[in-house]
Amino acid sequence: MLQHIIDSSHLFRPETALTATFCVVLLVDLFLRKRTSMPAYVAVLGLVVTGWFIAAQYGGAPATLFSNMLAVDPFSIFFKSLTLASTLVIVLFSLQSNELRDSKRMMGEYYALLVSLTLGMFLMAGATNLIMMYLSIELTSMSSYILSAFTKEADDSSEASLKYVIFGAVSSGLMLYGMSILYGLTGSLDIYGINRALIAGNVNNVTLLISVVLMTAGFGYKISAVPFHFWTPDVYEGAPLPVTAFLSVASKAAGFAMMMRFFKVTFIDAAVGGSYLGSWISVPGFEWNHLLAILAVLSMTIGNLIAVWQTNLKRLLAYSSIAHAGYLLLGVVVLSNEGYAAVLIYLAVYFFMNLGAFFAVMMVANKIGSEHIDDYKGLGYRSPLLGVCFTILLLSLTGIPPTAGFVGKLYLFSALLNAKWIWLAVVAALNSVISLYYYLRILRNMFLTQPDPAGAPIRFGAVQIVILLMFVIPTILLGVYFGPLVQYAQASITMFTNR
Amino acid sequence: MMLEVGLTHFLLVSALLFSLGLYCVMTRRNAIIVLMGIELILNSANLNFIAFSRFGGAKLDGQMAAIFVIILAAAEAAIALAIVLNIYARFATVNVDEINQLKE
Repeated sequence: MLQHIIDSSHLFRPETALTATFCVVLLVDLFLRKRTSMPAYVAVLGLVVTGWFIAAQYGGAPATLFSNMLAVDPFSIFFKSLTLASTLVIVLFSLQSNELRDSKRMMGEYYALLVSLTLGMFLMAGATNLIMMYLSIELTSMSSYILSAFTKEADDSSEASLKYVIFGAVSSGLMLYGMSILYGLTGSLDIYGINRALIAGNVNNVTLLISVVLMTAGFGYKISAVPFHFWTPDVYEGAPLPVTAFLSVASKAAGFAMMMRFFKVTFIDAAVGGSYLGSWISVPGFEWNHLLAILAVLSMTIGNLIAVWQTNLKRLLAYSSIAHAGYLLLGVVVLSNEGYAAVLIYLAVYFFMNLGAFFAVMMVANKIGSEHIDDYKGLGYRSPLLGVCFTILLLSLTGIPPTAGFVGKLYLFSALLNAKWIWLAVVAALNSVISLYYYLRILRNMFLTQPDPAGAPIRFGAVQIVILLMFVIPTILLGVYFGPLVQYAQASITMFTNR
Repeated sequence: MMLEVGLTHFLLVSALLFSLGLYCVMTRRNAIIVLMGIELILNSANLNFIAFSRFGGAKLDGQMAAIFVIILAAAEAAIALAIVLNIYARFATVNVDEINQLKE
């Protein structure tokens, strides 16, 4: 037992490093009050150390920590790397944000909370126990409630945090009730144990259905899928922009990591499935993946249709992120390793294009103090470089070749077609067409409308342009040269077949 | 003859608590009362965990889960109340219907 704990704590180093960073950032803030950027630099240092520990875990054999509480395997390492990269990027964003600088608050707490949010997501990526899943979801949620209320002098930030905390607490409460029923049905909190109990049978199907629907409420809230999306537009609009960007990418990725692991481990009978899929342990007359397919269709359609009417760019990107949750769910519906690899590819691509789009919006908001779509009129003439970069990112979000977004969609759709989900693929393709309309509306405002006579050229600092290019260049590059990414994503899910 | 209190009774009480909590969350407009409803939902889950652990075998997993949930519920209440306090300072109301500037 002692040996197991010692072995586990070796594999727990990235999380330990994050915890230490959290404390050090707070202390630095306490003792070096005059140096306001200092906590950010300390946070970056801590994140780099964490990254070094994660890099040391690459190529290791899959392991479970602390008596099946957490798993360290290629799948969780993929998501940890993605989360860590987002956190580093968000620290850069925050240093550039006028919104945060003007709030004149001590930034130590802000960076400390970013680190604790990252820790929560790390745990979400590895959780294999119902309690661990609930704890990590709550750690993530609580940090994000506070972060979205960080500029608390602003009315919109306050309102956003209230809506977030109420929706979040209700969804996680529903999820917990579902977990308690699942525990009662199977007598186990460990998802491998639940899997064994379900395979053995003797489980009341109606109760199982209720508990999984309740748990899906919790997952759906984290990935902001319809009908658990109501918090998303308000929080994305009200929260400070760097926080919004973080929630839209890392929070969604962590939610998907946990959901995918839960479904794949719990509901697949590996012994039966000699095929690529394994069989769903299903309630007679009801297929789990139809439940997920309904969520996917609702998220794509409602997200895209409402986005068409939006005039605030942050709100528009919020609805677009709901639609993207729908696309990502397609891969989970398929549940084959091909589908899962497609989700990983799409998330990596989404990281570049969505963070880039949010950064472009932030750059503009810093200069003209507005996120309204009418204020983007003629922006392509006032700042051609930003206009072109933003265009590439938006085209990628739509999924037009030769951008990275196309590659992501291609793999998702081909996984769907291979699994004979033709109607779902058709709905998804139609939705991409709808999304083209509202992304193009921004482009039309930027390039096809002449600027006001008063609209002087806008100049951006070199640092901001370099950060923007950090997203734009990979977005193009991954659109033409995506082999390594695909191989890496496929390698990250191989351990699921062994179960 | 005395009535034995068994698993079913606990589950009934917990289902009742859950329904009351959900009803409270969906119908009440005062943010504080909504938070109380959430508390009911969490405690109904706790009751489930403990009842299953007591009657469904000797494993203590369920009891452990309940302890974690109690701690998390306290932390969540602290954060939620801080946010509600800030809302009251800004809007002079805690009625969730009246706080909707962020709508198109």
